[in-house]
Amino acid sequence: MEMVKVTIDGITKEVPKGYTVLEAAHSMNIHIPTLCYLKDINKIGACRVCLVEIEGAKGLQTSCVYPVSDGMVVRTNTARVRKARKYNVELILSAHDRSCLTCIRNKNCELQTLAEEFNVDEIHFDGDNIHYPIDDLSPSIVRDPNKCVLCRRCIAACNEQTVYAIGINNRGFRSIISPVFGRSLNESPCINCGQCIISCPTGALREKSSIEKVWDALNDPDTHVVVQTAPAVRAALGEEFGYPIGTLVTGKMVAALKRLGFDRVFDTDFAADLTIMEEGNELLKRLENGGPLPLITSCSPGWVKFCEEYYPEFIENLSTCKSPHMMLGAIIKTYYAQKAGIEPEKIFVVSVMPCTAKKYEIERPEMALYGIKTVDAVLTTRELARMIKEANIKFTSLPDEDFDDPLGESTGASVIFGVTGGVMEAALRTVADIVEGKDLDKIDYQQVRGLDGVRESLVTINGMEIKIAIANGTGNARKLLDAIKSGETFYHFIEIMGCPGGCINGGGQPIVPSRIKMDLDVKALRAKAIYEEDAQKAIRKSHKNPQIIKIYEEFLKEPLSERSHHLLHTEYERKELYSSKNNKENKKSATAAK
Amino acid sequence: MTALLEDVKEKDKYKRLHDVIDAYKDKPGALIPVMNEAQEIFGYLPFEVQKEISEGLNVPLTKVYGIATFYSRFTLHPAGKYRIGVCLGTACYVKGSSLILDKIKEKLGIDVNETTPDGKFSIDSTRCLGCCGLAPVMMINNDVYGKLSPDDVDKILEKYK
Repeated sequence: MEMVKVTIDGITKEVPKGYTVLEAAHSMNIHIPTLCYLKDINKIGACRVCLVEIEGAKGLQTSCVYPVSDGMVVRTNTARVRKARKYNVELILSAHDRSCLTCIRNKNCELQTLAEEFNVDEIHFDGDNIHYPIDDLSPSIVRDPNKCVLCRRCIAACNEQTVYAIGINNRGFRSIISPVFGRSLNESPCINCGQCIISCPTGALREKSSIEKVWDALNDPDTHVVVQTAPAVRAALGEEFGYPIGTLVTGKMVAALKRLGFDRVFDTDFAADLTIMEEGNELLKRLENGGPLPLITSCSPGWVKFCEEYYPEFIENLSTCKSPHMMLGAIIKTYYAQKAGIEPEKIFVVSVMPCTAKKYEIERPEMALYGIKTVDAVLTTRELARMIKEANIKFTSLPDEDFDDPLGESTGASVIFGVTGGVMEAALRTVADIVEGKDLDKIDYQQVRGLDGVRESLVTINGMEIKIAIANGTGNARKLLDAIKSGETFYHFIEIMGCPGGCINGGGQPIVPSRIKMDLDVKALRAKAIYEEDAQKAIRKSHKNPQIIKIYEEFLKEPLSERSHHLLHTEYERKELYSSKNNKENKKSATAAK
Repeated sequence: MTALLEDVKEKDKYKRLHDVIDAYKDKPGALIPVMNEAQEIFGYLPFEVQKEISEGLNVPLTKVYGIATFYSRFTLHPAGKYRIGVCLGTACYVKGSSLILDKIKEKLGIDVNETTPDGKFSIDSTRCLGCCGLAPVMMINNDVYGKLSPDDVDKILEKYK
């Protein structure tokens, strides 16, 4: 690698030639503040917070985009630099809704942090402010342009996903980030993945909260409130209470849920095992019947909507399996209701998910059973943390507690559903055993692990060669599907998760500030926690879960049975990118500021 | 019959748009030239037209719309039969042209860059029209009206009703 010599604040060091000044400074442990910069996602030099002095360059330069060159001399901490940065933050604040105390991002806002660190004690500019309406029509995501700093990190994240739901519109002071023609996110191609939320430095994007709905259910003595938690939640919830990234808090999470007053605490992992039973058998059936292949996983509602919108020709390839929490919802309101002697109408099911798309998924009409919803509310990992704080539960002091029976038992295979490659690995563990007709020693499939965007492998089971592929992030799914469409390649089985890295990096997970993302690989750390829990589990194959064996004996009979189909499977439909909307667009551009 | 003729005209416009898209397709930097020609054909860039461009050139609609709202030469609404341009250049502004503009907006019930529902009038605010001696000035299509006071607005608009 070609190296160049750079001097920053008097320290001289060799750095790779392609580095920006920001990256070079970071490698020397010199901190340069940033706002619009987001590692690997957004690098545009728009906010002008990362200004530095470069000898020989005209004016101050934005370090996040300025490339290093040999002999370059940079100063990051002069009076001129500090003054310019501070003014820029003041200017941003002057057009910002500064209701910080009641903001969802209070104490976790990058703009707030900068204001504090720059010692902004007065805002010298008090110009016009445009008051924009809040867009809360989407079941998943709320947009508040009044808190937007126009950093475009959300647009970059959305484009990375190749969803293209939002863009920058108008210009100058009237610039606004929004879907086209002033539409709501709900009338855009948005797949509800929430990658924009976890990219946003401020409170301009947040999940549509279900907290009040859940409190109401908990406060109602006539309602039996059941909660389930997705695999990725336990690997990230701790971050909200000060634990290092990648700390597993499964036991404390269950204890907190019990203290919040949930009548039963079940594990979505149980339903992940159930998914493997259904989907594994669906794969075998499709392999026997010659198709349709590839079979593509359907656990991720963001990915499913992406497929329905952008790749409807692959709808027949989607597994008909509902996502695990929807399966568990259906099981709770039938099997469990019957066992517990409670009317399904009196049961309120809450899913705690790392995901904002699950909020959309429960509203899909085809998910209802006999006209009732099987999951009544979805909370993100962040919302659960807020409820725990609101209830004054001292999370760090909680003992470890266990999930409730009968839907709390799970295997290592189900835990890894939370990370890219996990559903594939879990399926292979079960499918291999079924095909070989014995309990194989092989459990780990290292070749499907990792965080690369698209991975492929060839697995041989009992002489049968299965070509598999894994994609995480819908942008990577697009690459994979395009390659299949062009006839370049063929696979039997594909796992797709809508978010980069899988559910561990879902849009409902704790928000990690960009400066921490520069130092830590958040996805890798959370993934490590997930694989740790898998390794600790006594049972690591879905079909060995005793409660799974029992539910098939008592209730479902066998995988893909009629009852399974009725409760655990679903269907999909082609969706328009932009549903038509009686020509309102042509009459008036609603983004025009008032 | 008129409806039929309108329909034929509209279809013809879309055919011309598709020809333009085909001509530019796969050329780098095709988007803005296509948008330019589309605006020539339709007079403005409504949702359906932008969607056609987006699909035809395989460019996200967010990008098309971002450009359409960034450059002032593109417009999202059809101009009225009578295009009113009120000068907000320095001389006219000092002489109170914003009051004229307010009066017109009030009278027609629309804002700048909008068109009345009957398609008759649209309002633009313009830069200097080059006849500051007549300030404040407005134009309706090619007719120039100078030395205006807000009270003149009613009478002038009446001529075009």
